Amino acid sequence: MGADTSLRDRFERGLAAPICLTWELTYACNLACTHCLSSSGRRDPKELTTEEALGIIDEIADMKVFYINIGGGEPMIRRDFFQLIEHAVDRRVGVKFSTNGTRIDRAAAQRLASIDYLDIQVSVDGADALTNDRIRGTGSYVAARRAMDNLAAADFGPFKISVVMTRESVEQLDEFEQLAAGYGAQLRLTRLRPSGRGVDVWNELHPSLAQNRRLYRWLVERPEVLTGDSFFHLSALGDPLDGLNLCGAGRVVCLIDPVGEVYACPFVIHDEFRAGNVRDAGFAAVWTRSELFESLREPESPGACGSCGSYDACRGGCMAAKVFTGLEMTDPDPECVFGHGEAALAAKGVVHRPTPTPDHSRRVPVSISAR
Amino acid sequence: MTTSTTGVFDTSAPWSLSEQVSLRDESFGALAYHHGNRRLVFLKSPELVALVRRLDEFESVDDAVEAVAPAHERGRYTGALRSLHRSGMLRGR
Repeated sequence: MGADTSLRDRFERGLAAPICLTWELTYACNLACTHCLSSSGRRDPKELTTEEALGIIDEIADMKVFYINIGGGEPMIRRDFFQLIEHAVDRRVGVKFSTNGTRIDRAAAQRLASIDYLDIQVSVDGADALTNDRIRGTGSYVAARRAMDNLAAADFGPFKISVVMTRESVEQLDEFEQLAAGYGAQLRLTRLRPSGRGVDVWNELHPSLAQNRRLYRWLVERPEVLTGDSFFHLSALGDPLDGLNLCGAGRVVCLIDPVGEVYACPFVIHDEFRAGNVRDAGFAAVWTRSELFESLREPESPGACGSCGSYDACRGGCMAAKVFTGLEMTDPDPECVFGHGEAALAAKGVVHRPTPTPDHSRRVPVSISAR
Repeated sequence: MTTSTTGVFDTSAPWSLSEQVSLRDESFGALAYHHGNRRLVFLKSPELVALVRRLDEFESVDDAVEAVAPAHERGRYTGALRSLHRSGMLRGR
């Protein structure tokens, strides 16, 4: 849709309801990916009950949220997973959900294929088991491929293959494209954020400047590759990438976590970015009246980026990427394509990086049992 | 998947908003989301939203535009409807 600045200004002042509402259904996960945004592993005993979750679905349906992005943890671990997504679809709220695929056996694939308005993103972080399993754990590549095979056999249609761009996976773009083509699937690439457990691995895993430039050119040539608007910091390299090209946190995007906390976006599960809890007065009250969201909808200062001719293209980049690498909101993105972010980090004598507030990581190593 | 129901956009014929589309009012106009093709489209004025909502009442798009839009803006409104049609948001009646 390209850049429409008047519309973007409107979006920056917030909308009646989010366009992109992510809902992490559970902190429980049978994998332990090193870059997990939500530091998932163990279920939280205070997670929303089925009744509460159904109530949230009714509320967001009434707000005319068109679809929800469901994640976790591994959402399919919840026993009421199918009940919840089927209720959402019945209420005309489309569902897109992210999964590691371990629970998509043949029967689950058939049930999923029978649901309208459902999109599935199966995550892999390498085009081969060696690359993938270094991040997602031993056996996770085989499990994800089995899920893809089962979805294809069930005639699910074009599911999505979702890949986080790391220093290693970004070298396999053509292989991912072939993998997706082999299944008639859509490829979806997203940015590695220094959030959750990603805080610990970002320094060694995030793509280099040269790799980001190549990624940008690859994406410009392939508008059919989905990105969830996550590489807008690269739009400073030339024509804007497809998408809104702005930080949507609290404006067009937000996150509901498994215990009902509402955060400004999926990459800032941290007290500083917590807007409220759906258990207090529902979701709409948080979306429309939270002080945090109101402040995020104020016109923002370009800060240190004000003198750069490309601010209009990248808007200073991703708030989460800045904060969790130890930069200020008014600093350039740590992956600024002109190197201003790296310079800003280098100029700080001591870098203070906030530690993620809730941590549900498991305390023992994880291995996937064969199913 | 929607081309067979949308076809060529003949403005002398009657059209409606597709039943697969949800509209949500916003301060600038509305957002339209097509649950089938997953496209999200922005309607950038309340007048355009009103026109889209009233398409059903008229025997042709031209009649609807004539009734709703000021004379000097009719071309712009028809263009906006044409763009909605391209996104699969309209269906012929």
